[in-house]
Amino acid sequence: MSFYLVQFLSGLATAATLFLVSSGLTIVFGVTRIVNFAHGSFYMLGAYLGWTLVERWGSTPLGFWGAVAASALAVGLLGALMEVGLLRRLYRSPELFQLLATFGVVLVVQDAASWIWGSEDLLGRRAPGLRGSVDILDQPFPLYDLVLIGLGPLVLGLLWLLFNRTRWGTLVRAATQDRDMASALGVDPARLFTGVLFLGSALAGLGGALQVPREAVNLHMDMAIVVEAFVVVVVGGMGSLTGAFVASLLIGQLQAFGILVFPQITLVLVFLFMAVVLVIRPYGLLGRAEDAPPTAASPGPPLVAAAGAARWAPALLLALLAAVPLVAGDYALIVLTEVVILALLAASLHLLIGLGGLVSFGHAAYFGLGAYGAALLVKHFAAPMPLALAAAPLVAGLGALAAGWFCVRRSGLYFAMLTLAFAQIVWSVTFQWYGVTGGDNGILGVWPPDWAAGKAAYYWLTLALAGGALLLLRRAAFAPFGYTLRAGRDSTLRAESVGIDVRRHQWLSFALAGSAAGLAGGLYAFSKGSVFPTLMAVPVSVDALVMVLMGGIQTLSGPVVGAALFHLLETEAMSRTDWWRLVLGAIILVLVLAFPKGVAGFVRDLWTRGRDA
Amino acid sequence: MNRRHLLLAPGAAALAAALCIAVPSASHAQAGGQPIRVGEINSYTGLPAFTIPYRQGWQLAVEEVNAAGGLLGGRKLEVVSRDDAGKPDDAVRVAQELLSNEKVELLAGTYFSHVGLAVADFAARNKLPFVAAEPLTDAITWTKGNRYTFRLRPSTYMQAAMLVEEAAKLPAKRWATVAPNYEYGQSAVQWFRQLLSEKRPDVEFVAEQWPAQGKLEAGPTVQALAAAKPDAIFNVTFGADLAKFVREGEGRGLFRNRTVVSLLTGEPEYLDPMKDEAPEGWIVTGYPQEQIDTPEHKAFREAYVKRFNEAPRQGSVVGYATFKAIAAAVEKAGSTDAEKVVDALSGLALSSPFGPITFRALDHQATMGAYVGKTTVKGGQGAMTGWRYADGADYLPSDEAVRKMRPE
Repeated sequence: MSFYLVQFLSGLATAATLFLVSSGLTIVFGVTRIVNFAHGSFYMLGAYLGWTLVERWGSTPLGFWGAVAASALAVGLLGALMEVGLLRRLYRSPELFQLLATFGVVLVVQDAASWIWGSEDLLGRRAPGLRGSVDILDQPFPLYDLVLIGLGPLVLGLLWLLFNRTRWGTLVRAATQDRDMASALGVDPARLFTGVLFLGSALAGLGGALQVPREAVNLHMDMAIVVEAFVVVVVGGMGSLTGAFVASLLIGQLQAFGILVFPQITLVLVFLFMAVVLVIRPYGLLGRAEDAPPTAASPGPPLVAAAGAARWAPALLLALLAAVPLVAGDYALIVLTEVVILALLAASLHLLIGLGGLVSFGHAAYFGLGAYGAALLVKHFAAPMPLALAAAPLVAGLGALAAGWFCVRRSGLYFAMLTLAFAQIVWSVTFQWYGVTGGDNGILGVWPPDWAAGKAAYYWLTLALAGGALLLLRRAAFAPFGYTLRAGRDSTLRAESVGIDVRRHQWLSFALAGSAAGLAGGLYAFSKGSVFPTLMAVPVSVDALVMVLMGGIQTLSGPVVGAALFHLLETEAMSRTDWWRLVLGAIILVLVLAFPKGVAGFVRDLWTRGRDA
Repeated sequence: MNRRHLLLAPGAAALAAALCIAVPSASHAQAGGQPIRVGEINSYTGLPAFTIPYRQGWQLAVEEVNAAGGLLGGRKLEVVSRDDAGKPDDAVRVAQELLSNEKVELLAGTYFSHVGLAVADFAARNKLPFVAAEPLTDAITWTKGNRYTFRLRPSTYMQAAMLVEEAAKLPAKRWATVAPNYEYGQSAVQWFRQLLSEKRPDVEFVAEQWPAQGKLEAGPTVQALAAAKPDAIFNVTFGADLAKFVREGEGRGLFRNRTVVSLLTGEPEYLDPMKDEAPEGWIVTGYPQEQIDTPEHKAFREAYVKRFNEAPRQGSVVGYATFKAIAAAVEKAGSTDAEKVVDALSGLALSSPFGPITFRALDHQATMGAYVGKTTVKGGQGAMTGWRYADGADYLPSDEAVRKMRPE
């Protein structure tokens, strides 16, 4: 009995940290609608700053808690700085474009932290006066964890007071409910947003600094926490502080007791939980329908098929690309092969985001399913490459059909997180099913047969298949199917009233996007010779999203431009410097500020303006 | 509005890039005395704490080789180093770049097991010798071994076998295990259980925990282990997870009256960051760099400290020995021909800071060993005490068993 009590308390301590971080995220999201990837980076910065200050002042209780508070404030200021210097310039950009900016910040912070604090894990001091443990029913329990357990509800209470008993809090709530109305009534949204970013980031920093006595501060903390924080926010219901609190408690307890029953379930537990919650409750535990964010709808000028000479541009491009092997070496060819494959991946994601208004955080699952579908056929059935490549879109498409059925019943960030949950479930099954998938050691020896083994031959094959798929995707965009999708995106209500089954079209587009991504995955597998679960992990989904946003979501060529730009930048930076994340992050920030509509969107605007003038 | 014109942009960019990338390949065609180029790939941004000491190690080795007059009658050893971002697919692309553009004769490096395996497969496909430096997975020399791939560091199996020897001497009968939830942790636990059960049929394994790598929930995990009331614990977690586990375990009395047997924990990479909170009395494999006084190690240590002004770590030795092995193999082969270098590497014997080692012709695994001892805290720093060198050659399965596992 005493064991279960202590396990329960341990779960509460875990929950406290989760709540601090996710409360910041939910506040920021609720007001600004920004999907802030950099939130985990602020948590990590809080931990590093906390470590530095605790080393300096932390020998007395006053010094320790002062150091924690100072770190939280400093991180809050950084958050405010990010709002003023970066996000404020993007409020008129399409929804989600800020996500790209915060991704740039993540990259920059990773390298900056490594530069400032070094690469070694830093084990900080323990909290003075709280080093020991107390016996709870004969089980020792760390004192510091008891303090954390108390801190969770305390912060919740303070936040409640702030939002319900102060003028600023009331304004924030007003802006959360109706941004435009608040601003029409004379509330300066910019200043409000700066304050909210300060508060949210400070909470992340506080969560980070409080970890110093518990664990070694390290450079992987940002990624470790940010996904989980999103899970908490979504499970709790976006913008709901109480929801985040309840979700943290549940997830903390689930982790404490889950490992007793299934020690191996650690990889996927929170995602399984989120999937179940979202399938049962569309807006999380305590979220309300009216708080649900709008979709990624990006009105802008509608897509129009090109006319005149421009119609031949894709054919010209294809011819140009097909001629590359005449001049380029092997390495250039494999990089180009990758660019073409990633262009297909990005275009397939764009079908969802740009036409369907459905932002997927788990698109890597279908890329990976395609790759694994092909690799497994080769490994277990010695299938020839054409058969394996044909199976790739099928396997991925079936996977997308199954996951999509659940996902399209949700919208906005709930949809995005549900796709992420399915992707993580697929990933963890692949990661742990050693007998079939080879686990994290992957499947080796997936090479093309002799006729396609040459770099040029494989490049041409990729160009033909991916190019064909791209044309099909383009065809879909201008077919009635594409117009219907866009109708559903721009006004679900009106689309439905004219008899369109919006959900069914979204479901089909999800499957179509999944199978296109699967073909990309199959091609990728044979170009690399091996597949690993990393192909369906979160970073691939994020990369695909970044490519789409970088190119701009308002044009069909956007994802293609974005994929080429991102991949070439990344490979070039990687082979030139160890600080490539800093370089890449800085370039993304510059691009975001210079082209708030994406690169292709910018060029198109220039074109339109030039023509109109 | 002419959306389609935009499609030209990526094409033009790609074409320009292709031309840029294609150009360097022409520049390495000088005649006679041209350097011997080795391509080196590692997770420099993903795991800098481990790979930077490793890089310094190989830099020292390369400098020594070149200061001594180079190889094959005066040709310099030249290393082209790249980051793999910790991803196998990036590593394969980088390997292709090194092969096509930089015209390297050999590949070396990698830290993560899956990255090592991907590069090994690439090496076999392109018939290029590859000396895997740090990956620990048994598969790279056994079930997925190939003619072109060699591995320096003692594998998971070898390190587990070294610890089993000590664990079998303990009176402990009830064992609990905690290991990261991926192949390395799983095969470490699997070998430990199997080998220990063979030596001590009376032991039982009463609990197991599989935290996600980098996301150990320390409190609940420690509590769950304690609840099983084991006599001893086998630990495979490392890095930030290990620090969390030790802190929480101390705080909750998990280690009171229990022996902990722990993989790799004695390596400076893991011991140093824990400072005075390093665990006491754990039986570990590691590298007590400040205490080893064999002539070959002293010479290495002095040169390393002089060059980099810091103490070597396990990775430093691995990087150093990897490139010394490459130099020895090229010299022995008398050429940079891939097949000849592979033949030279099979059975290659050389001296390392840890003493003489051999790349076994049987499975291409080097017999480099590790130091087995107990942890302690000395002067505010973790250290090893009562250690001995466990020669890798003594901790490998029978030739028969190895032959069965290798695909060739």
